[in-house]
Amino acid sequence: MYDIGNLYEATSIKNAIDLLCEHPKAHIIAGGSDVLVQMREGKLAGVDLVSIYKLDEMRGITITDDKSIRIGSLTSFSHITHNKIIEENLYVLGEAVDQVGGPQVRNIGTIGGNTCNGVTSADSASTLFALDAMIEITGKNGVRTIPISEFYISAGKVALEVGDVQTAIIIPHKSYDGYSGYYLKYAMRNAMDISTLGCSVNVKLSADKTIIEDARIAFGVAGPIPLRAKTAEKRVKSAPINEQTFDTFAESILEDINPRDSWRATKAFRCHIGKSIAKRALEKAIQRAGVETHV
Amino acid sequence: MFKEITCSINGKECTKVIDVRASLTDMLRNQYHLTSVKKGCEVGECGACTVLIDGEAYNSCIYLAVWAEGKSIWTLEGLMSPDGELSDIQQAFIDEAAIQCGFCTPGFVMTTVEILNQKKLYTRDELRKLLSGHLCRCTGYQNVLNAVEKVMKDRLNQ
Ligand code: FES
Ligand code: FES
Repeated sequence: MYDIGNLYEATSIKNAIDLLCEHPKAHIIAGGSDVLVQMREGKLAGVDLVSIYKLDEMRGITITDDKSIRIGSLTSFSHITHNKIIEENLYVLGEAVDQVGGPQVRNIGTIGGNTCNGVTSADSASTLFALDAMIEITGKNGVRTIPISEFYISAGKVALEVGDVQTAIIIPHKSYDGYSGYYLKYAMRNAMDISTLGCSVNVKLSADKTIIEDARIAFGVAGPIPLRAKTAEKRVKSAPINEQTFDTFAESILEDINPRDSWRATKAFRCHIGKSIAKRALEKAIQRAGVETHV
Repeated sequence: MFKEITCSINGKECTKVIDVRASLTDMLRNQYHLTSVKKGCEVGECGACTVLIDGEAYNSCIYLAVWAEGKSIWTLEGLMSPDGELSDIQQAFIDEAAIQCGFCTPGFVMTTVEILNQKKLYTRDELRKLLSGHLCRCTGYQNVLNAVEKVMKDRLNQ
């Protein structure tokens, strides 16, 4: 038995918003793999919950008229990984969310819940940062869409006001068209572990595949919220694909990331692996774009 | 707060009034006496409580019982044939000595049902990943992998 105060089950997105406005202290529960665990641990003991889990209108992946990819916030990790649209256009996102927890957790866990927690270690988050994802929020005054970099405010805090529900995550066409990506999670165990450091890279190469035309690199656990490595991105933009570029890139990472000491790993260790996983993720992303490198 | 929940359990339509604070594990064990659904960690770490919901494996300890409304749920009890025969998966676990104390076994078996329903030939490494949501304190996992691999190959005539 869970120590739930009152449980309100939403019957539609509109009903969820009404319930949240009526009960401003209530927490939203989506798949529950974080909320219920925190309740068990006593952190959320006795709180009221508004359950949105049964709102199927918030599930599924579609390509919109402007060729953006729209992922309903309640879509589970496993459904993202095995979705055709994702496999063909956004392989790196399917790859990233396939590293969350274990198989049963990936069946219940939702991409919306993963991002609304506001934690830096969320496996989906760094990839969504590297894709310049847009977050669709539905509230009492209608729908608004903001960049993911504005959605994350500080550790554990996201841009949701009372009565707001995150309804979808949108990947704009220009963010994925012609790009290839790679996500690398460094964790102590192969499954059921939280990342020590995660790095997601998206690159676009020149037509002759000799120059990096554009690169977007994001990290998880390198700061209180996921972050983009802007200095490193600038250094590799328009650079030729060679070992020297990869090394410059790896060194530049240290100007961007600011990990902390925690019981999981020290700052020094995170900086050390930061360089190597960034370099490896960049090379792998370039390989995916069809270029042979030595990694 | 109480609520009437109707769902299909092991192929049978059932309705019971439940406490809305109950997990699906609570409902299956206390209301339906399906005690193959084990309470291990109760925080989604060990997989001992795994059941199938609409064909997918879930940790029932972190699934609210009210969400079961309208769903089709299978537990280990549902695998037994009408004449009491064990399923091929259960038999393989016995044959390969993949069971010691047995506490983790119902969960492993239910995940194996989900895996083998894909009708794909997985490598040993892929199977490892697919089974990684289960903890076993006795077997050391090798025999579990052997059992799953054996049924997979048998079913695909390999
Ligand atoms: S009892 Fe449910 S995962 Fe451990
Ligand atoms: S057989 Fe004892 S826990 Fe697995």
